[in-house]
Amino acid sequence: MTQFIDLTLSGISNGAIYAAVALALVLIWRATRIVNFAQGAMLMITTYIAAALVEAGNPYWLALVVAVAAGLVFGALTELVLIRRVESAPPINAVIVTLGLLVFLEALAGMIWSDTPRAFPAAFSIQGYEVGHTRILFSPNSTFIVCVVALVALALGALFRYTSLGLKLRAAAFAPEVARLLGVRVGRMFTIGWALAAGVGALAGALVAPSTFVGPSNFDPILIFAFTAAVLGGLESPLGAIVGGVLIGLVLSYVSGYEGEALAPLAALAMLLLTLMLRPTGIFAASRERRV
Amino acid sequence: MRALARVGAVRAAVVVLLAALAFGAVSSLVGEYRDLQLADGAYYFAALIGLSVLIGFGGKISLGHGAFMAVGAYAVALLVADEHWPLVGALAAATAVSALVGAVLGAAASRLQGPYLAGVTLTLAVALPQIGNRFPETLGGENGLVIDPPAPPSFLGSSFPPQRYLAWIAGLGALAALFFIYNMTRSGAGRALRAVRDDEVAAALCGCHVGRTQTVAFVLSAACAGLGGGLATVVLQLAQPGAFPLELSLRIFAAAVIGGVGSLWGAFWAAALLVLLPNWSHDIAQSLSLSGNVAANLPLAIYGVMLIVAMLLWPGGIQAGLRQLSGLLKRAYSSRHSVTQSNPAK
Amino acid sequence: MLEVQDLVCEYGAIRALDGVSLQAAAGSVTAVLGANGAGKTTLLRAISGLKRPRAGRVALDGREITAAGVEEIVRLGLLHVPEGRGVIAELTVAENLRLGALARGARRGDGIEAIYELFPPLRARRSEPAASLSGGERQMLSIGRALMAAPKALLLDEPSLGLAPLIVAQIMGLVRELCEERRIAVLLVEQNARSALSIADHALVLDLGHVVASETPEQLAREHELLHAYLGY
Ligand SMILES: Nc1ncnc2c1ncn2[C@@H]1O[C@H](COP(=O)(O)OP(=O)(O)OP(=O)(O)O)[C@@H](O)[C@H]1O
Ligand SMILES: [Mg+2]
Repeated sequence: MTQFIDLTLSGISNGAIYAAVALALVLIWRATRIVNFAQGAMLMITTYIAAALVEAGNPYWLALVVAVAAGLVFGALTELVLIRRVESAPPINAVIVTLGLLVFLEALAGMIWSDTPRAFPAAFSIQGYEVGHTRILFSPNSTFIVCVVALVALALGALFRYTSLGLKLRAAAFAPEVARLLGVRVGRMFTIGWALAAGVGALAGALVAPSTFVGPSNFDPILIFAFTAAVLGGLESPLGAIVGGVLIGLVLSYVSGYEGEALAPLAALAMLLLTLMLRPTGIFAASRERRV
Repeated sequence: MRALARVGAVRAAVVVLLAALAFGAVSSLVGEYRDLQLADGAYYFAALIGLSVLIGFGGKISLGHGAFMAVGAYAVALLVADEHWPLVGALAAATAVSALVGAVLGAAASRLQGPYLAGVTLTLAVALPQIGNRFPETLGGENGLVIDPPAPPSFLGSSFPPQRYLAWIAGLGALAALFFIYNMTRSGAGRALRAVRDDEVAAALCGCHVGRTQTVAFVLSAACAGLGGGLATVVLQLAQPGAFPLELSLRIFAAAVIGGVGSLWGAFWAAALLVLLPNWSHDIAQSLSLSGNVAANLPLAIYGVMLIVAMLLWPGGIQAGLRQLSGLLKRAYSSRHSVTQSNPAK
Repeated sequence: MLEVQDLVCEYGAIRALDGVSLQAAAGSVTAVLGANGAGKTTLLRAISGLKRPRAGRVALDGREITAAGVEEIVRLGLLHVPEGRGVIAELTVAENLRLGALARGARRGDGIEAIYELFPPLRARRSEPAASLSGGERQMLSIGRALMAAPKALLLDEPSLGLAPLIVAQIMGLVRELCEERRIAVLLVEQNARSALSIADHALVLDLGHVVASETPEQLAREHELLHAYLGY
């Protein structure tokens, strides 16, 4: 029983990470109809930047802020320099570009920082809280992770729902041409969308790094778990990404706890296949448009 | 219709025969080291050729071909080492097993548009090699499974180099894959695949089963990759999780795209690239005296840059590019003809 | 005042507009009629900047906008309501309207009440996604959204498409009223020649990218052969 509770708790804090990265994937998918397979590699680079700053003796919080800022810039540049050029091409081209970026960034990181993973500090203690006489698998740092991700999700929700920028972002994503006819600078909205997504991803990377370590391919599993979460939530729906992320976090936590960590990616694959076979539009599919 | 199919099969047989002659000639001219490279190239070719058709004709992306190779590799290792199956049987079984895995994934993913197949196969590529670690008793854990090197049969003579024998086995396997896929691209299935890629709705209206066509292509390509993996086990006499990381799948994918998808020659160039690029980048790194980290990651960086550059410089896409090219060739051909025809009029 | 001079537009080898000129004064309705493929939609797209013309010029209130970007043209007060209405189905009715206000640079949804006064059915549905609206309500929404931008010129592409005659009459009446009240130059593209002519000050007939007639509705109504040849009367 205690193991079950422990696994549930650690599943929630891991799930928060997957939710954040899934959110990044969904933001980009909604804006430009591309699954950004380079998302994991992009957050790997920003986390390396944070790690380098910490190693150079800077405070953790500075490193965190710089990582997120680097993510914002990185996302915007990626859209401006790479994605914009393949926008009018068949979608397969954009996917291949993100894959090329994934491969290139992993190689680049290996060249600069070597293939050996390095440690990354946590913001708060990773010692579990003491409840009664036992330590549970939920630490002050887990609280921090869950709260940060929840805050970011709420902030993004508010941005999209209540601000003019959010309205323009959504309009550009749903109907680019109509949005242009209403004066929305659609290209700029896409750039902002990519920047926001990469910023959220960078934050998630820095949050998860204390447990995964920082290495060129250490965030590959995060990407596939987040993809699974996003598909589970419907790929269209930010709320679905959050719920999907937590669900995946829980399932993977139970699987790794009871069956061994090596099976976690396989469990993700099984969930992905089940979702695609039973409910390909995800659990949070938007209602169908009325035809007139 | 049947006569047509027979003509197609004859043509495929001729192509395969020519390829076999070329392969045999090259292999008897080169030394042991090159023989091993030939063997590497041959199993890569088997893994690539189906993928190339899937991307080029099917318009679908698979990032899991390294994983299918792993399936085939472990199948051969288990059957040969534990069950003492003959090589041919083990290779056939390996092909069948990976086809089965491909069918499970393909049924779920290729009904669907967009990025799902890429994501599913990416997940497979991360997930599958881990299984070896989870079941160390049967699959050997980190160290993997070892098989005995196949001995050249006596009729080849006692001095026949074992490396050349390995190259020949891998070469035969690659030729089998070539025969398979060549036939498919020339058949109705190949046409249906192209029709589906160009316009799913229109193809469906004309009676093509969109989902089924794409699933078939995916399963065939998975089967060929399994065969390639099985051949890799034979050549290396080893199947281990570390040999099939996500990076392998990405490298295979990148090489397929760079080599040129949708054509058998594209798969050939891709296999050559996979074998030769590590050597070249080693030479480059040495002549520039690059550091160890840079040298180790140079091939991967080259793949990444080439993928991006190919897409940016060729924004019409692989498919459009191919069509452009074939259009150009056709025009060149017909203009030559019209010149000869219009000459007498003048 | 919207002026178009000798506009030429091509799609590859197809010449969709071949020297089209027109003038639409503030407070007047100019009807653009023509069969399918005559080039009506292309004309509107070229004016609003969605399609680069090969030659010719477009001016709004004396200011040349031929080479301007779509967003800039919108900011200058030219609004294009596209074919098929172009409501953003995923956004709510109120959000669609707010988007119109953003086009004129207004921060909030000021003026939204006035639109609800004009189109009462929209008020009741304001927080529902536009996907749930009927065809007539969608047309109201897309016109209302353009009005939120306080346009100087309004391009309407087949607003009557797929609507019941009663609704068409209502919408046409409203367009006429708004045009006069707010001094908007309206360019009204229609297949439904009868209802368009009923509110137009001036009518243009396009055929294969050429203007084959440019006159008042009364004159046009007398030219039975022309009407028959190009509009199927
Ligand atoms: N995107 C495009 N690419 C190529 N040709 C086009 C394109 N859009 C329009 N055309 C061609 O330009 C010509 C004019 O089309 P346009 O859409 O302007 O006609 P229309 O008068 O609006 O017709 P309808 O009444 O059917 O809406 C047609 O021959 C059409 O085929
Ligand atoms: Mg039209």
